[in-house]
Amino acid sequence: MSTSALAIEGLHKSFGKLEVLRGIDLELAEHEVVCLIGASGSGKSTLLRCINLLEPIDAGRIVLHGDDITAARVNVDRVRSGIGIVFQAFNLFPHMSVLENVTLGPRKALRLGKAEATGRATELLGRFGLADKRDEYPDRLSGGQQQRVAIVRALAMRPWLLLLDEVTSALDPELVAEVLEVVRELATEGMTMLIATHEMSFARDVAHRVCFLDAGVILEQGAPDQIFEAPREPRTQQFLQRIVDAGRL
Amino acid sequence: MAIAVASTLVFFGALAFLVTRSPGWDRFKAYFFDWSLYRESFPEIAEAFLINVKIFLIAEAVVLVTALGLAVLRSLPGPVFVPVRALAIVYTDLFRGVPTILVILMLGVGMPALQLEGVPDSEIFWATVSLVLVYTAYVSEVYRAGIESVHPSQDAAARSLGLSRFQSLRHVVLPQAVRRVIPPLLNDFIGLQKDTALVSVLGVVEVLNQAGINEAADFNGTHYLVAATLFVAITIPLARFTDWLIARDRRRRQAGGVPT
Ligand SMILES: Nc1ncnc2c1ncn2[C@@H]1O[C@H](COP(=O)(O)OP(=O)(O)O)[C@@H](O)[C@H]1O
Ligand SMILES: [Mg+2]
Repeated sequence: MSTSALAIEGLHKSFGKLEVLRGIDLELAEHEVVCLIGASGSGKSTLLRCINLLEPIDAGRIVLHGDDITAARVNVDRVRSGIGIVFQAFNLFPHMSVLENVTLGPRKALRLGKAEATGRATELLGRFGLADKRDEYPDRLSGGQQQRVAIVRALAMRPWLLLLDEVTSALDPELVAEVLEVVRELATEGMTMLIATHEMSFARDVAHRVCFLDAGVILEQGAPDQIFEAPREPRTQQFLQRIVDAGRL
Repeated sequence: MAIAVASTLVFFGALAFLVTRSPGWDRFKAYFFDWSLYRESFPEIAEAFLINVKIFLIAEAVVLVTALGLAVLRSLPGPVFVPVRALAIVYTDLFRGVPTILVILMLGVGMPALQLEGVPDSEIFWATVSLVLVYTAYVSEVYRAGIESVHPSQDAAARSLGLSRFQSLRHVVLPQAVRRVIPPLLNDFIGLQKDTALVSVLGVVEVLNQAGINEAADFNGTHYLVAATLFVAITIPLARFTDWLIARDRRRRQAGGVPT
């Protein structure tokens, strides 16, 4: 068996007394798209932040393409430059134009020349319908456009793995589709992705596998049809029932 | 607009009436407002003022950099940097606590008195150093407030792209922080410009001492009026520039509210 794209073993993470992740085991194969569902506060964001080494972990290992990235002495900057993350709140740099947002990482972290970084950015912006926005400032874009720029910013690093943290939760309903469309396209192209989401129909549509995170552990995982049609765990059933009641499935 | 003009006229008219009717007005007027003396004294005092200008221009340029360095040291995270942060805090407390005039006296008198090889013995040099030391403490607090006002998610976004801590500070956090603190920073610089008058305690014939010398010669306070005019003349442009920056910043934020 070839090495998996990402392997998480026995991951524990606490904030003070609050134990948020209580032993996470999760593997992603190359080109696999995994959706992470679970109630608000169940630890989805924390898990993604741990994978990107934005949060120090308390126990366990995270292995990326065979390399233990949680070992002592790893170059965290280099690891991060190979993992893209897109946040719920976009977190674009407001003092930079769209083009500068997208080229910052390639230029400073990957040390690409200006021409090469600009070429890469222009190509990606064009592909995602943002060509005419490259000189705009983030504040002047719609939420959907901002989030697409944030995705492009992550992609410009050519990451091994893309982490998406509820990328549509801060958007007006009519803007959700344009962002999901981008993610769908990336899935088709074979991008390895771990996606925390509340968009159940999207998860069902795009994911190869769905994981239900509850009280700091992955309580249940399986093919989308199995999780959504025939969840085994009572907690999963309750969670999905609440989603259905809220009219979101 | 018409109301504003009318009320302004009435207010200042009443004030002028009251002041000029006061019993000591004639003596006061002769002491401070001798216009021919004003014109006569102006070139000499303006030339002395160039010393003040030189001091604050150099001090401001240096403070801009040293204060930023101090602010960055103080915002270094984690237990490793505890001693660095502690030193920065001690420095800030010390130089904000001691009256500026005392720092100028101690360094301006003390350092030349040492007569050490290689240590400059110019009072102006040490006065400038004193102002730099004091205003570095003030301005670093301004910078620090700016750094802390940048949301941590900005740093997280930069670090997630693989930028180092320093690169994130340099390209993402500081540019936003500095933009936000330009008005209070210029405010401190106006204070610094006025504080160059404190250098007079060292006997340097800068603007205040020159005005004092002239006053002592003919017992006329118009020379002080000249000095005051010069300070106001350099402060007003900076103050209006600050107002303009604040207004521009507000316009910009209103124009581009984050659409969520
Ligand atoms: N930096 C932090 N400090 C303290 N508690 C935190 C921090 N980040 C998250 N938490 C807590 O961890 C729990 C999980 O949060 P999060 O990972 O954001 O959940 P989710 O993304 O699934 O909504 C919540 O109870 C939250 O309050
Ligand atoms: Mg979350």
